[in-house]
Amino acid sequence: MTVWRLAIREIRHRKLSFLMGVISVTTAVACLVGAKTLLRADRVITDHLMQAKQSEVETAIAAKEESVKQAGAELEDAMRKHMKGLGFNILILPEEQSRSEMLLNGMSATMPESYVDKLGQSKIVTINHLLPSVSQRVQWPEHDREVMLIGTRGEVPIQHRGLKKPLLEEVAEGKMVVGYEIQKELELKVGDTVTFREHDFTISEVHPERGSTDDVTVWINLGQAQEMLGMQNLINAILALECDCAGDRISAIRAEIEGILPGTQVVEKFSQALARAEARAKAKETAESALAREKESSQAMLVREEQGRQHLEQQHAGFAAVLVPLVLVGSAVTIFLLALTNARQRTEEIGILRAVGLQARQIILVFLSKAAAIGIMGGLLGIGLGYCVGWSLGGLSSNQLDWQLLFATGDLLTTIISAPILALALSGIASWLPALMAAQKDPAVVLQGG
Amino acid sequence: MLLLIDGVSRTYTDAHSTVHAVDDVSLQIAAGEFVAVQGASGSGKSTLLLMAGGLLKPDSGQVQVDGQDPYGLKPDARADFRAQNIGFVFQQFHLVPYLSVLENVLAPAMAVPGTEAETRDRALQLIERFGLSDRQQHVPAKLSSGERQRTAMARALLNQPKLILADEPTGNLDHDNADTLLGYLADFAADGGAVLLVTHDDRAVACAQRVVHLQNGRIDQAVASSA
Ligand SMILES: Nc1ncnc2c1ncn2[C@@H]1O[C@H](COP(=O)(O)OP(=O)(O)OP(=O)(O)O)[C@@H](O)[C@H]1O
Ligand SMILES: [Mg+2]
Repeated sequence: MTVWRLAIREIRHRKLSFLMGVISVTTAVACLVGAKTLLRADRVITDHLMQAKQSEVETAIAAKEESVKQAGAELEDAMRKHMKGLGFNILILPEEQSRSEMLLNGMSATMPESYVDKLGQSKIVTINHLLPSVSQRVQWPEHDREVMLIGTRGEVPIQHRGLKKPLLEEVAEGKMVVGYEIQKELELKVGDTVTFREHDFTISEVHPERGSTDDVTVWINLGQAQEMLGMQNLINAILALECDCAGDRISAIRAEIEGILPGTQVVEKFSQALARAEARAKAKETAESALAREKESSQAMLVREEQGRQHLEQQHAGFAAVLVPLVLVGSAVTIFLLALTNARQRTEEIGILRAVGLQARQIILVFLSKAAAIGIMGGLLGIGLGYCVGWSLGGLSSNQLDWQLLFATGDLLTTIISAPILALALSGIASWLPALMAAQKDPAVVLQGG
Repeated sequence: MLLLIDGVSRTYTDAHSTVHAVDDVSLQIAAGEFVAVQGASGSGKSTLLLMAGGLLKPDSGQVQVDGQDPYGLKPDARADFRAQNIGFVFQQFHLVPYLSVLENVLAPAMAVPGTEAETRDRALQLIERFGLSDRQQHVPAKLSSGERQRTAMARALLNQPKLILADEPTGNLDHDNADTLLGYLADFAADGGAVLLVTHDDRAVACAQRVVHLQNGRIDQAVASSA
C-alpha cells in the first residue's frame, strides 16, 4: 500500500466527487485556454481580413490607376494624332473680317505679314505653332474648276520657347499639296506636274479624305500665293495651336493676343478632333477623380473594418477579463467545498489511519494526491476543451496556416503549457486547507464511539 | 511491564459541565497478559483505552508502553511508535471502506516503511489464519460483521505489535464470531503479547486472565478479581 494507491482507491470509490472536481478544473482551464485561443484567433482573423481587404483595395486602386494612365495616354495620343495636320484650332484674323462672310465665301480681309513675326517675338504662352497664310477661293482656269488656294510659309518659331517640331511642313516654291477631291478628279499623284494659273507646280503630297474644305484645297508656297493673288506682304490669317485644349481658355488667348496684335480677332475653330480630345480630357479627369474617390473610400473602409474588428476583439477581451477570473474563483471555491466535504466524509478512515500510525503529512499527502489527480485530469481535459471551443468560436478554418498563425506568438503556447500547472495549483491550493483540517482531526474523537 | 498506567485522569469540560471520565486510574499489564476492563456505559473505558494507546493525552498521571512514554514523543514519532507497538480493535471495525481486505490489513504498513514483500506475506498469512483468504479482494461492505472484525484484527497484528487495545470488539458480533475473536486475542497473549480489552460484556471478560472494574472513572477495588 502506498499513499498514492490509497488516493486512487478513494477516487474510484467516490467517483462523483472526483468527477465534480475534475469538471471544476476542466471548466476553469477550458475557460482560460478557450479565452486565450479565441483572442488569438481574433487577432489571426483580423490580420487575415485586413490583409485580404488591403490587397483587394490595392487591386482596385491599381486598376483605377491603370485606367487613369490609359486615359491620359489616350488623350496625349489623340492630341498628337489629331492636332497633326488638322491641329490648328486658333485662327487670328483681321478685325474687319466678317465671320459670316468668311464662312460663306472665304477670307477677304488682310493684315500685314509682319504680324506673325511680331507674335513670334512676343512672350506669348497660350498658343503655339504660328502659321501665316493667305486663303482665297479662286478659279483654276487650266482645269475649269474652283479651288481653295492656301499659301503657307511654314511655321514661325516663337522665340522664347525654342524650336518645336512643326505640325506642318513648309510648302516649297514650285511644289503643291492637294486635297483629296482635287487629287481624285484630276487623277493626280505625287510627282505629277500641273499648271496652275500659268505656273508649273510639282505635286509633293496628296492628302487623304478629310470631309472638309481641305478636300478642295490647294497648298502652295506663301510668297507664290501672295504674288499670284496680288497680296504682297499681306496675309489673311495666322493659324495657331492652343497649348492646352482642356477647359475654356479662349478668353485668356484673346486677351493675350489683343495685347500684342491690336486690330485682330481670335476665332476658335471647332474641330471634331478637339471635341474628341476634350471628351478624352474629361474622361481622364473622371478617371482621376474616380481614383481619388476610390482611394479615399477604400481607406475609410479599411479604417472602419479595422475599427470593427478592434471593437470585437476588445469586447471578447473584456468578456474574457471578467469571465476567466470569475470562473477561476468559482472553480476554486467548488474544489474547496468538494475537498471540505470529502474531508468530512473521510473522518472515520482518517481517524483509523492516524491510529494505526500514519503521520499528519501522510494524510495531507493523501488529499493532495487526489487534488493532483484532479488537477492533471482537469487540466488536460480543459486544455483540449478550451482549445476546441476557442478554435470553433474563433471561426478559424482547420488548415495548417491558421494553426501556425495561432501559435505564431508564443503566448497561446505559454498559456497551454502553463495551464496544467495552473490546474494543479488551483486544485492543490483549494484542497490545501481541507487537507490540513483532515490531518489535524483528533483520532481520539473519531474512535471513542467504539 | 508492557503497559504501565499510573494514576491517569482525564476530564472533559464543555460549556455546561465537567465530566471526570477517568479519575486517577492505575493499571499494569505484563507481556503475555490478557486484561479486561469491565464497566457500565459511560464509566470511562474508551477514554482509558485511548490514553493507553497514545491517542489521548491524560490530564495527569503517566502512561508507559514497553518502558516508553508515548506522550513524551513528538506527534510524528508518537504515530510511529503506535504503528510499531500497538494494535487497535474497535467495536465499529473502522475499516477503510474503499480498500479490499488485503489492503485494509496492509494499511499500517504505510506508516512503517519496511520491506514491501515481507509485509505483504505477513498480511496474507494473517488473512489465511483468520479464514479470510477467499475474501481478500472484497471491500468491507461485502463482508459479514465477523469477517470485518477479523480483518480489523489482522490489521492490528500486521506490524507485530506488543500490545493490543480492543474496545468492545465483540459488541457487533454474534456469539460464534465473538468467541473466535476472543480466541485470537487469547492466542496473541499466549504468544507473549499484552491485551487490554475494554467491554461490558461478561462473556468477553471470561477470557481474560484479570478483570478490572471501572465505575465512574475509578477502579472499583471491591470487585477486582482474576480469572
Ligand atoms: N469528547 C468528549 N467530550 C465530553 N465528554 C465525553 C467525551 N468523551 C466521553 N465523554 C464522557 O466521558 C465519560 C466516559 O466516556 P467513555 O466513552 O470513556 O465511556 P465508555 O465507558 O467507553 O462508555 P461506552 O461503554 O458507552 O462506550 C462519559 O460520561 C462520556 O459522556
Ligand atoms: Mg466506549
